[in-house]
Amino acid sequence: MTSYFHEEIETMPRVVLQALQLKRLQATVARVYEKVPFYRQALDRAGVRPEQIRSLDDLRRLPFTTKQDMRDAYPYHLFAAPMDEIVRIHASSGTTGKPTVVGYTQKDIDVWTELMARSFVAAGAHKGDIIHNAYGYGLFTGGLGAHYGAERLGASVLPISGGNTARQLMIMQDFGSTVLTCTPSYSLYMAEEAREAGIDFRNLKLRVGIFGAEPWSEDMRAEIEAKLNLHAIDIYGLSEIMGPGVAIECIEMKKGLHIWEDHFLAEIIDPDTCEVLPEGSRGELVITTITKEGIPLVRYRTRDITSLTCEPCACGRTHARLTRMSGRSDDMLIIRGVNVFPSQIESILMRVEGVEPHYLLIVDRVDNLDTLEVQVEVNEQLFSDEIKVLQTLAQRIEKEIKDLLGVTSKVRLVEPKTIARSEGKAKRVIDNRKR
Amino acid sequence: MKVEQISIFIENKSGRLAEVARVLGQKGINIRALALADTSDFGILRLIVDQTDLAKTTLKEGGFTVSKTEVVAVEVPDQPGGLSGILDVLDRAQVNVEYMYAFVERCGGNAVIIFRFDDADAAIRVLTNSGVNILEGERLYKM
Repeated sequence: MTSYFHEEIETMPRVVLQALQLKRLQATVARVYEKVPFYRQALDRAGVRPEQIRSLDDLRRLPFTTKQDMRDAYPYHLFAAPMDEIVRIHASSGTTGKPTVVGYTQKDIDVWTELMARSFVAAGAHKGDIIHNAYGYGLFTGGLGAHYGAERLGASVLPISGGNTARQLMIMQDFGSTVLTCTPSYSLYMAEEAREAGIDFRNLKLRVGIFGAEPWSEDMRAEIEAKLNLHAIDIYGLSEIMGPGVAIECIEMKKGLHIWEDHFLAEIIDPDTCEVLPEGSRGELVITTITKEGIPLVRYRTRDITSLTCEPCACGRTHARLTRMSGRSDDMLIIRGVNVFPSQIESILMRVEGVEPHYLLIVDRVDNLDTLEVQVEVNEQLFSDEIKVLQTLAQRIEKEIKDLLGVTSKVRLVEPKTIARSEGKAKRVIDNRKR
Repeated sequence: MKVEQISIFIENKSGRLAEVARVLGQKGINIRALALADTSDFGILRLIVDQTDLAKTTLKEGGFTVSKTEVVAVEVPDQPGGLSGILDVLDRAQVNVEYMYAFVERCGGNAVIIFRFDDADAAIRVLTNSGVNILEGERLYKM
């Protein structure tokens, strides 16, 4: 029996859902046209007036919003509510220069809280759970987003935030944490620290882990589930749209992330031509928020690569599913003309017996040729007293990468713990070509 | 009849060998013999020390990847053709040598060579039958 947080909405027939979506889309377009000069100009330029949105198909007539548009609007120029109605401000870590700023009205916070609570239930959490929230608290949306949702659910929240892994493990044992929320890479770092401290996850009460904020692979799921002895659930969100809880896998199927379509419209486009792709095609995810007041976004280009299906899910939820993100289009590396996502290399490494889930890709350009170095830590399981055994291991990984991805790499074996561990989003790539 | 050796994975970057030596020295562990095999990226340092288990745990705590392997210490006449005679015996018996290196101290008038064989038991049998002396670990660590 599937549990729902809001059964009527989560299992709503798609025709009813679509009628709701249209009404909300129309209201959103009218709101941004009236309140946000950026959108008024963009719609005027595209020759679309809000009253011309008569069906969901008309969404395609609307202009896109990009990350650059958000940067240009720094800090508040895309807000559609006056500042005295904004009750919360978050900002994404700006890798280059200024962060991207978002504002929430009280209603926005209420919606986010409800969607995060729905997500917790879909992941198998319930009232009575002790939710160990190791997402960072602060301007980053992860910590507070999960926190409010957990409280709404009626669970007990441990607002432990990221860092101090020894203390995290102690609290996990002593407080009896049952649900863990953090980045997937941090969960594996915890597993490593636990092993060294002689803590066996089989003796802990953890049942479910909800992992997001960075792309991860199906093979990493298997690794996490084995090492932490829990169900590992993929959650998706981005601060521009809301924060965590935009989409989540159901524990029943773990096959695609349900996107909460009563609040978001999802499209998949070809990132080069911007053409909308048919259901099932892989491309860039574009999201339109249809209930947000603080900073509604029309056709926001997420840069995340995925596909979308509306096929019914065995869990009973009718909301469409996104396939696991293979990465952000701006994480994609182009190496000698070949597209490579770090998550693809991760999958290959995870399949090699004994390889640690910590790796680093170093991309460089030598004599006008791109080079890819894959650093892999040598632990006791991989180590051999014989040079040739280690060289064979490196060559085997190089061959797998060549066979599966079509790109030549150099595997460098490094000493244990020399690759930096992260308590938040893991850094997997150093691209020296960008210097 | 076998001798315990520890092998350490070392990246080719400055200071790593020094770190191994420092860590062992601090614990009062004496290195009796060593050999370094290297490639362009990494090396394997092989050591025979007077306290194998303590050395292994100490290095592990220091963050190194360490393994313990068994090698054979063979007495070799310290004269021209001494090593050749021993290798001939092994070759005739088709025992493979993975690697070998010399021990620092002499044993009586003889040199001591450390061998890593693919089949140590067969090697010991063949050598003993040919009258070659194999040194026990306990004796070697104290030499």
